Amino acid sequence: MSGGYFGASATTAVSAASHPVAASATSHPIDGVALTVVIVIFAIVAVMGFVAVRWRVKPEERGLKTLDQWGLGGRGFGSWITWFLLGGDLYTAYTFIAVPAAMYSTGAVSGFFAVPYTVVLYPIVFLLMARLWSVSHRHGYVTPADFVGGRYGSKTLSTAIAVTGIVATMPYIALQLVGIKAVLATLGLGSGANAFLADLPLIIAFVVLAAYTYTAGLRAPAVIAVVKDLLIYIAVIVAIIWLPSQIGDWGSIFDAAAKKMSATNPATGSPVGSIIPGASSFNAYWTLALGSAMALFMYPHSVTGVLSTRSRNTIRRNAVVLPIYSLMLGFLALLGYVAIKAGTNPVDLNGKINPQLVVPQLFLDHFPSWFAGVALAAIAVGALVPAAIMSIAASNLFTRNIYRDLFKPKATPQQEAKVSKLVSLLVKLGALLFVLIMDQSAAINMQLLGGVWILQTFPAIVAGLYTRWFHRWALLIGWAAGIVYGTVAAYNVVNPVTGAHFGGSISAFPFTNVPVYIAVSAFVINAVVSVVLTLVFRALKVRDGRDATTASDYGADENDPKVRVVEDESATNEPGPAAPVA
Amino acid sequence: MSTPANPAPAADARPTRGPARPAPYVISAILILIAIALPLIPPIYARAEPALFGIPFFYWYQMLWVLIDAGLLWICYALMTREDRRRREVVRRAADAPATGAEGQR
Repeated sequence: MSGGYFGASATTAVSAASHPVAASATSHPIDGVALTVVIVIFAIVAVMGFVAVRWRVKPEERGLKTLDQWGLGGRGFGSWITWFLLGGDLYTAYTFIAVPAAMYSTGAVSGFFAVPYTVVLYPIVFLLMARLWSVSHRHGYVTPADFVGGRYGSKTLSTAIAVTGIVATMPYIALQLVGIKAVLATLGLGSGANAFLADLPLIIAFVVLAAYTYTAGLRAPAVIAVVKDLLIYIAVIVAIIWLPSQIGDWGSIFDAAAKKMSATNPATGSPVGSIIPGASSFNAYWTLALGSAMALFMYPHSVTGVLSTRSRNTIRRNAVVLPIYSLMLGFLALLGYVAIKAGTNPVDLNGKINPQLVVPQLFLDHFPSWFAGVALAAIAVGALVPAAIMSIAASNLFTRNIYRDLFKPKATPQQEAKVSKLVSLLVKLGALLFVLIMDQSAAINMQLLGGVWILQTFPAIVAGLYTRWFHRWALLIGWAAGIVYGTVAAYNVVNPVTGAHFGGSISAFPFTNVPVYIAVSAFVINAVVSVVLTLVFRALKVRDGRDATTASDYGADENDPKVRVVEDESATNEPGPAAPVA
Repeated sequence: MSTPANPAPAADARPTRGPARPAPYVISAILILIAIALPLIPPIYARAEPALFGIPFFYWYQMLWVLIDAGLLWICYALMTREDRRRREVVRRAADAPATGAEGQR
């Protein structure tokens, strides 16, 4: 899920609380038992990732030589696998780290909006994704940009959608590394004079991840997601029942949180936060939830999860049962308050307070070592699943909508799969370098912007699922307007403590002083521009692109014939292969 | 995507489903609207009382909506899949009636 806002607030808190505490790096002894459990689980998961190359693969499909096989797991996942896969894909390790961190630092507005966000998400998914599945199934679309290209007959528009997807996904992958780092830091790993040795565990984890994703494609995260989700559920259920019995009942936990939030922040002169938002933050709260929910399934990795399913109704059934994850996320968010009551001291390796370590530290403080190891491993493995799916999704976008559409229109399925595999390695290398070389806050800022940007693909994708009324150039200009506004507005949010730009994702709605989520303002501008310009272009009779889809495509199910099959048959009678989707 | 002369699009423009009855879709739309709107109106729930097991109303109300939304979507799913089956049945029967034998369902 889109964690930009949690991250932004967490950094605010980092800087607010960054007076070095008396504790030093030596206060982080390595817990041998917990570390061993983490390493063992990690090794098991790695083996499963490699074995997945043979999982649900027919003998003639060995080697995963097409994008449908490598990048979409054979397009055959049923309801159960999809439940685990999407659960692992959407509720990322960074979420598990950042949501409780935001609750711990500033309370409800910046953290708990994740619950209404992941509640209203599913009606939206239920409504939209079955149609996207149907049209993609019929035309063999692999990415959202494939659909936009086919629907509007515009390579410019589909390239814009693809580039937005890639750029928004990259920092998201980097943040999964931040999640692994938080676990490693809590375990006491990652310190040391030698910078390379300090980062070695992270590098090893990522090299292994890159290797099994390269070999097994989407099947690897699908298999691993089952293990990871079961571990996470066990950890959270135990934490919710066990910790209050150790620390005090829920009433006293909320009292402790309210006391912390009512204290005055010396930098701003206002309270640190609140456990129940006041009227002034209502609009921020609901726009954050709605905007994030609308944006999540525009991310390429979510669409990859949807298109890997077997039938039109798999995603609808999942929209009914996936909310169980949201319940778990809600309880996980409350662990941020549990940590306040417990007096958890999330000290990073450099001796400073880092709220992102609060949940791993809470687990380590109050669970027996072996079980803390299980819980921490669940978070770390929880980073591998989305990182794998995101890198696959980003490389599919590159392969289909940049490599094939712009450079090599006659690329064979084998070439596509080959390019995608290689690009997935590059994408992960890029994310790793991002985290190792640049400051962590750079990744968080980029992720914040990514959420704003990806929502700007909503009009083209979602309107296209229902109507062909919009003009392609109007959508393109609307997209550009939304991106420009969103970027400028996010830049202008200044962190009151550090004075840095990109200080958060809330700013006043244009021409008012109502604070709302920037992505939503940008989306409104985008939609208005698209509507007005469509009217103008239609009046001026500007040429529009050709629509490759028909109305019946949007209701097609698994047994309905595919357009692609028909095309391939007709192609044998023509001199050249069928032209690609333009 | 293909040349205008290509006859393929005509073949798959054949509808996969019969005409829709509005009722299941209208009911589902209302339920979906409720499922989206009610968790997004903070004035309803931004208060501490009544608390449940010491958890303020603000928190348990929103988490309760996880379950309510799942229930509402389950109803929508039942309504829409039933209507979908009926619409496909209509097309299948229409295709069988003239007995063209060219029913390319694959």
